Amino acid sequence: MKKILAIGVLFVFVAAGLVSLAQEDVFRIAALMPSATNDLAFSQSMYDALAAIQEELGEEAFEFTVQDSTYIVDDAAVALRDWAASGEFQLVIAHGSQYGPIVEELAAEFTDVSFAWGTRQDTFGMDNVYSYAAASDEGGYFNGVLAAHLTETGVVGLVGPIEVGDGKLYADGFANGVASVDEEIAVNIVFIGSFSDVPLATEAAETHLANGADILTGTAQMVVGPIAVAVANDVLWFGSDASQDELSEDIGVAFQIYKWEVLLLDMISNIKEGLLGGEYYKLTLENGGLVMEYDKDFEISDELMAIADETIAGIVSGDIVPIPDMMEEDSGE
Amino acid sequence: MGLDEILTASVFASAIRLATPYIFAALGETFAQRSGVLNLGVDGMMLMGAFTGFYAVHLAQQGETLSEPASLLLGVAVALVVGALMGLAMAFVSVTLKAKQGISGIGVYLFGLGLSELLFQQWVGTPKSVNGFPRIEFPLLTDLPIVGEIFFHHNLLVYVAFALVPISAYVLNSTTFGLMIRAVGQNPEAADAMGVSVARVRYATTTIGGMLAGLAGASLSIALINLFQQNLTAGQGFIAVALVYFGGWRPWTVAAGAMLFSFVNALQLQIKVIGADIPSEFAVMAPYVITIIALVFATKRHEQPTALTKPYERGE
Repeated sequence: MKKILAIGVLFVFVAAGLVSLAQEDVFRIAALMPSATNDLAFSQSMYDALAAIQEELGEEAFEFTVQDSTYIVDDAAVALRDWAASGEFQLVIAHGSQYGPIVEELAAEFTDVSFAWGTRQDTFGMDNVYSYAAASDEGGYFNGVLAAHLTETGVVGLVGPIEVGDGKLYADGFANGVASVDEEIAVNIVFIGSFSDVPLATEAAETHLANGADILTGTAQMVVGPIAVAVANDVLWFGSDASQDELSEDIGVAFQIYKWEVLLLDMISNIKEGLLGGEYYKLTLENGGLVMEYDKDFEISDELMAIADETIAGIVSGDIVPIPDMMEEDSGE
Repeated sequence: MGLDEILTASVFASAIRLATPYIFAALGETFAQRSGVLNLGVDGMMLMGAFTGFYAVHLAQQGETLSEPASLLLGVAVALVVGALMGLAMAFVSVTLKAKQGISGIGVYLFGLGLSELLFQQWVGTPKSVNGFPRIEFPLLTDLPIVGEIFFHHNLLVYVAFALVPISAYVLNSTTFGLMIRAVGQNPEAADAMGVSVARVRYATTTIGGMLAGLAGASLSIALINLFQQNLTAGQGFIAVALVYFGGWRPWTVAAGAMLFSFVNALQLQIKVIGADIPSEFAVMAPYVITIIALVFATKRHEQPTALTKPYERGE
């Protein structure tokens, strides 16, 4: 009886040990996002990246949990603290620059937890904080070049959120892309002062059309409104952050897709080797973190495709600099 | 840059469109407040109206079970019913249970915000568009220069919203029901002594408020934007509550406040589009600053209903 009991106890310990070892092999990420994971924009791009990593590494090796629609920063602080204190996650992501102060505070308190936040170039000088951004000016420039070739009225409209970060970079890149083709084309830009005010973004798009625009573009999660305006008025749409071809029907042209998995995989590798932070990452066309995707319903001519390919090649090689006088001071959503 | 570049017909048309959801929601809130019920849950009711109205249209159009006009009327009906139910819930909490109106209103708002998000995630997923109310083309009138673009180029719900302004004013000022509403909001004890059921009147006005809030939401999701996204209203319900104070609890001035706020918003968009050298932060702030300034003067001009926010208990 004693032998059976001893074998049983031994079995339990071995099983527990194996389970523990197996759990240690699983890399866990917790990510906080300001909007819905299906916003066709900023938050969805991060969610898609995490899902892509899970598909690549397998569910047995990679798990992630997400809290979306956390636009109230105080709520975000609670979630981030819980995740950091739980010790269950090797990496805690705060996907939005508004969460920066919270990350700075928590990273100082939980020094053995790795944090990542963006989009901004600032690790607060801490060894357990990664920061990241996207060179959205590159996709903006690309879209601007194509828009300049497609406009018939010579007026294009852009609806942006707040005049900082990704949105600002995209707008500047877009305007420069248009100007590189024809400086006479008017690029009307409206920053509505909100990432989420769909009604106002919708009306901004209507205002663009009333002022002669025949092509619209924009960034952030409130662009679903302008896309609807573009569809209703049959004008072309250029997007950013994530693919919007499902909503844009047959008026979408090209989308700049953020592939955050490019930098996340590198962070995971670093963390496994004990490097918890201290680095800044940037998605670019060159490193594959930015990908230009064409709407499947848009028929792009061979001539325009050649121009598009040339533009991407020029940006990747450095021959084209979307914002020549840009300082390395990204801040973002 | 001349004034003719800024004050175009499209700016006025834009202001009319922007004002539509505010007018629906603020008129409904006017009824509730005139009877003594402060409903801070308007935004939540708008969100539920926006989602359910959108979803009804989405289902009907996807399944091709109804013609397009019928699907849109179904969307309006669903939004009205859902808004009415939320209004009844608000009335039950604030009138029957006599809970603090501010707190219960916030509760209703959070309920509407959360439930509309949840249902959207579960039933729809990603943003999808529907064929919403089309713009009405009036023979001859739509083609009139300037006037045509400003007044005769909108969808049906825009005209319904503006038509409700004189109707609301008439109901409040010239009908027995309106007299009861005003009496209950001003002096519920006296109204009760005259045989008016304070609770029944407040239930009615809060339900009307809920219906119009639901319609306000639907005006966004199936008429002006034609899709739904989480938190689609972006706080418009709270601005509608402020507009009731701005308008001194009178439908005409409430609507005028909605138009002023929307006009400044449309103007700031136009100014930015044509590239005026004004910092975008100032332009974004302008509608709110002007509304606050106007609110300061408006609240001095009109006395609020004496019994506003006060639960009524016979004999107290």
